[in-house]
Amino acid sequence: MKLIAFYRIPVLGILACISGSAFAQTPQYSPHIQVLAASCAACHGTDGNSVGGTPVLAGLDSLYFIRQMKAFRSGERTATVMQRHAKGLTEDEIVGLAAFFSTQPRVAGKLPPSMKLEPSHEH
Amino acid sequence: MSIDRRSFLKLSSAAALLTGCSPMLRAAGRPKPRVVVVGGGYAGAAAAKYLKLWGGNAVDVVVVEPSSQFVSCPLSNLVLGGSKTIDELTFSYAALRKNHDLQWVRDTVVAIDPEHKKLILGRSDFGYDKLILAPGVDFIYDALPGLESEAARKQVPHAWKAGEQTVNLRRQLESMPDDGVFVMSIPKAPYRCPPGPYERVCQVAFYFKQHKPKARIIVLDANPEIVSKKGLFTKAWADLYPGMIEYRPNSVVVEVDVAGHTLMTEFDSIKGDVLNVIPPQRAGIPAQLVHANNVDQRWCEVDFLTYESMVVPNVHIIGDAVSAALPKSAHMATSQARVCANAVLAALTEQPIDTSPVFANTCYSYVTDHMAMHVANVYRYNQAKKIMLSAEGGGVSDAPSEVEADYARYWAQNIWSDVLT
Repeated sequence: MKLIAFYRIPVLGILACISGSAFAQTPQYSPHIQVLAASCAACHGTDGNSVGGTPVLAGLDSLYFIRQMKAFRSGERTATVMQRHAKGLTEDEIVGLAAFFSTQPRVAGKLPPSMKLEPSHEH
Repeated sequence: MSIDRRSFLKLSSAAALLTGCSPMLRAAGRPKPRVVVVGGGYAGAAAAKYLKLWGGNAVDVVVVEPSSQFVSCPLSNLVLGGSKTIDELTFSYAALRKNHDLQWVRDTVVAIDPEHKKLILGRSDFGYDKLILAPGVDFIYDALPGLESEAARKQVPHAWKAGEQTVNLRRQLESMPDDGVFVMSIPKAPYRCPPGPYERVCQVAFYFKQHKPKARIIVLDANPEIVSKKGLFTKAWADLYPGMIEYRPNSVVVEVDVAGHTLMTEFDSIKGDVLNVIPPQRAGIPAQLVHANNVDQRWCEVDFLTYESMVVPNVHIIGDAVSAALPKSAHMATSQARVCANAVLAALTEQPIDTSPVFANTCYSYVTDHMAMHVANVYRYNQAKKIMLSAEGGGVSDAPSEVEADYARYWAQNIWSDVLT
């Protein structure tokens, strides 16, 4: 299948990057994918670890991610907002994001506790 | 020592050849490059966190922020509507500081010396290798005679930075007569949060509908038409709050008579029981101190690959202060922060830089306490024009819905978690 074929190539690229990375704690991705993936955090949490009702993307199967994004793009899967993001990305970016999120460890996202406004807080 | 330094430079140059990015000489006497981030709003907090998340121990990050608390502007219109309290939108910086080993300085910037890469604060000085300014917006009161004094600005609040001012406006709405008039003025775009003023109209109308159904709202908009989500807001006002809202386009407030409870436009004077003037805005004061606000003396022109100022080297500007044809939103501010963090790390260490940034913006507006709608776009760097341009597929909701109010809540929870933990 075409889908599987174009999915494999960048994963090999990523594996190649892991050995040469300067910071070895996590696999290194191209800066483009790293920066783009971080832009998803507003709704899906840091590295895809959502604290709200949005799906947790961390550790999500990459093929599932790619299929869903393609379905958002084609309209096969209806959505309120995801179709806008899926349509704005290239196929390579979707594949890169899928690989990135699939390798992120699932950790319980933390919500910062809210607190009383101090009377001194004045802009 | 000098041999070590030379070997280090050699290694760095070799790395630069391999990765295509240039390492920067470190300031003498410091073991690691230091990045100072000014401002702990959405942009500044995100920049500080991601510098450490991606840079690890390669950089020291100092954050300078005068406030002890983070108060979210997103969702703060709900405080006016009555479905949220300001305390639900107020957070500590403690988790962010601790989790990411940030040096946190609660102080105000007094001066910036870009030539010597030095930041002068009220109580201390800091040298930097890279400076990131996330100064937010500063209100321009020069063109609003009548609002010179602090007392006047309390009587006619802006409530456009969440906190005391939001609570103040809510109290004024609560004590307004049942058949009173709320008058609100919107500045010419660009300003912080394009759909925000129109969401505010919805929230005040939502409160009035329940508690003061005879009250009225007059909107004085300096713009020729509703700036964002026009069709959706027009319909929401007509469907949900019929007869309550009077919208007047091309209405620039030129003077405020605080004692007389009156706003003056060029041709008219409009009396109200509660007045809310959102002043015109410009880049926050730290950006002005270093003269980075080179566009109309208001906004900062930056290189969209690095967010470095086009006029002051080694000073990067992110968030609402940036001059860009992009909405001044919290999500946008965090996205810019991460492009900037990546570029700053690339300049200071051997990390590669993103040469074609792409990021998303999603922005929800509440029309009641449980119905919301979005505008969402992907923005892509255009190599020829050297700016961020809207990609295919962006747009707004068909209609406000309950499910989108859920998503708006999840958005808030996740962006708070992302920038504050």
